[in-house]
Amino acid sequence: MSRPSTKPLLAEFETPDALVRALRLARADGHRLLDAFTPFPLEELSGALEPARNPVRLVMALAGFGAAAAMYGLQWYSAVYAYPLNSGGRPLHSWPVFTLVPFEFGVLAAAVAGFAAMLWSCGLPRLNHPVHDMPQFERASQDRFLLLVAPKDAPAPLRRRLEEAGALLVSEMHG
Amino acid sequence: MTGGAQAPRWIVPAQLSHGAISAAIADPIQKRGPGRLWFYALLATLPFVLVTLGAIGAVLTVGIGLSGVNTTVVWGFSIANYVWWIGIGNAGTLISSMLLLTRQRWRASINRFAEAMTLFAAGIAGIFPIIHLGRPLYAYWLAPYPNTMELWPQWRSALVWDFWAILSYILFSALFWFTGLLPDLATMRDRATTRAGQVIYGALALGWRNSARHWQVYETYHKTMAALAVPLVCSVHSIVGLDFAASLMPGWQESIFPPYFVVGAMYSGFAMVVVIAIFIRWGLNLQAVITPAHFDVMGKVMLFASVVMTLSYATEWFMAWYGGEPADRDVVRYFFVGDYRWLYYALIACNCVVPQALWFPFARRNLWVLAGISVVINIGMWFERILIVWNTLSHGHAMSLWRTYHTSLYDLAILFGPLGLFVLGFLVLVRILPVISMHEVRQISHDEGAAA
Repeated sequence: MSRPSTKPLLAEFETPDALVRALRLARADGHRLLDAFTPFPLEELSGALEPARNPVRLVMALAGFGAAAAMYGLQWYSAVYAYPLNSGGRPLHSWPVFTLVPFEFGVLAAAVAGFAAMLWSCGLPRLNHPVHDMPQFERASQDRFLLLVAPKDAPAPLRRRLEEAGALLVSEMHG
Repeated sequence: MTGGAQAPRWIVPAQLSHGAISAAIADPIQKRGPGRLWFYALLATLPFVLVTLGAIGAVLTVGIGLSGVNTTVVWGFSIANYVWWIGIGNAGTLISSMLLLTRQRWRASINRFAEAMTLFAAGIAGIFPIIHLGRPLYAYWLAPYPNTMELWPQWRSALVWDFWAILSYILFSALFWFTGLLPDLATMRDRATTRAGQVIYGALALGWRNSARHWQVYETYHKTMAALAVPLVCSVHSIVGLDFAASLMPGWQESIFPPYFVVGAMYSGFAMVVVIAIFIRWGLNLQAVITPAHFDVMGKVMLFASVVMTLSYATEWFMAWYGGEPADRDVVRYFFVGDYRWLYYALIACNCVVPQALWFPFARRNLWVLAGISVVINIGMWFERILIVWNTLSHGHAMSLWRTYHTSLYDLAILFGPLGLFVLGFLVLVRILPVISMHEVRQISHDEGAAA
C-alpha cells in the first residue's frame, strides 16, 4: 500500500448507516477508503474492502485433502507392508474402514491450517497497531463504527464531508 | 410469543443498543464480583472433583477390577458414560454449525456456551476410554509412530477410530470456539479497566482490530469451519455408534446405530443446553438476550429428537423380529422381560413419553417444566447407553455365559463425580470469558432494527 502524502482521517459514527453514507460521499469525492472498524461484520462493507489476500479456503482444501491422503497412505503402508496382520481373513487393504481415520484427520488438518491462514491474512497476531492509539478506537469493538479514509490532497474538505455525514469525531492518524 | 414480522423476537426491546449488549454480557465478569452463591456452588463441586480424581487414581493404580464388569458383561459404566458425555459434547458444535449454515440467527445467544459445553463434555468423555483400557499406560499405542517393537495400530479396530474421532473433535471444537471468541476477546480487552485485564485479554485477542478486512477473512473461515463441523460431528457420533454396530453380538449389528446415535447425541445435548441456558440466564441476569423464544425453539428441537428416538427404538425392535434371527429376537424380548426391564421402561418413559409434553406451548415456555423435562431426557439417555451395553452382553449367544452386571462404588463415583467437574468448568468459564457471543448478538440487534 503506497502511503498517501497526507495523513489519513479516522471518523467515528454512531450507526452503521451513517458510516455507509459517509463512505459513499467520501468515495464520490475521490478519497481513498483505507479501512473500517465495526463491532460486527457489516454486509455493506464486504464489497468495498477486498482483503489483500484471502487464501483461507484454498489452504483448508489443500491441507484437508493432503492430510487425508497422507493418512490413508500411512494406513495402507502399515497394514499391507510394515505389519500385515490377518484379522479374520479380511483383506489387508480394508479400504472401506480405512476411510474413517483419514476423514477425521483431514478435517482436523483443514481446521488448523485454516486458522493459521486466517491469522496470516489478517496480519495477526499483532498486539499493537497505530490505530490502537487513536481516540475512541476502543469503541469499535463495542458500539461505534469507525472509518479510515486517506484524503486525496488537503484533509480539510474530507473532514468537512465526514462531519456532514454525521461523524461524531474526526481525528488525524499518526504513525 | 406471536413474533410478528417486525417485532424483535430474539432480543428484549428494552436493552437494544450495542453498548447495552456489551455491558450486559461483559460487566458481570469485569465490573461485578462473583457473588456469594457462586462461591457456594464452587465449593459444592469440589467434593465431586475430588471423587473423580480419586476414582481415576484408584483405577489407574488398582486396576479395572474396581468396576462392576465381569467376564460376560465386559463393558460397563465407563462405556455408557463415554457415550453419554460425547453425546452431550456433540450438541454444542451442532448448534453452532448447523444453525449457522441454516441461518437460524437466534443461535447467537446460545452458541458460545454450547460450544464450551462441547469442550468440557468431550474432554470428560475422553477420560473414559482410557480408564476403561485396563492397561491405560499403553494408551499411546493407539497413535501410529515408528517404534522399536515395529508395531502399528490395528486400523480395523473401533478403538482406533474412537481415538482419532475424539482427538480431532476436541481440537476442532477448541479452534472453532476460539475463533468465535476472538472478536469478543477484543471487546473484553477494550473494556478492561485493570492492567492485568488489558494484558491478558489483549494477548488472547491476538491484536484483533475489528477491521472490515479482518471480518471478511473471519467470516470465510468461520463459515467454512461450520460447513466442515456438520459432517465431522455426525461422523464422530457415528463412529461411536459403529463401536456397537460393527460386532457379532445379538442387538449389536444394527445398521441404524450411527444415525440413531447422532440423533441421540443431539437430543441429550440440546437438553443439556437448555439446563445450562436456564442457569446462565438466571445467574448472569441475561433475560434480555436469552428470551422465551429461544426456549421455545429448543423445546421444539427436543420434541423432534424425541419422536426420532422413539422411531429408532421401534426400528430396533422391528428389525430384530423381521430379521428372524432367534438370538436377536431373544435379546429384544430380554429388553422387556429380562433383568433390566425396569430400567428399560424408565428409558421409554424418559425419552419417549415425558417429552411429548413439549407439544404444548406451555411446557416450552415454563422454565421449571422445561428444565424438568431436560433433566429427565438426560437421565433417560444415560439409561439408553447403559442398556445398550448391558442387555446385549448379559444375553449373548452362549446361554451358559448369561450374567448380569453388579454396580460397584467405583462405578457410581465415575458416574456422578464428572458432573461436578463439568459444573466447575462452567463456573470458572462464566467468570473469565463472555458466555454469549457479543458480536453476533449485536448483529442480531442490528438486523432486527433495534439498535439503528
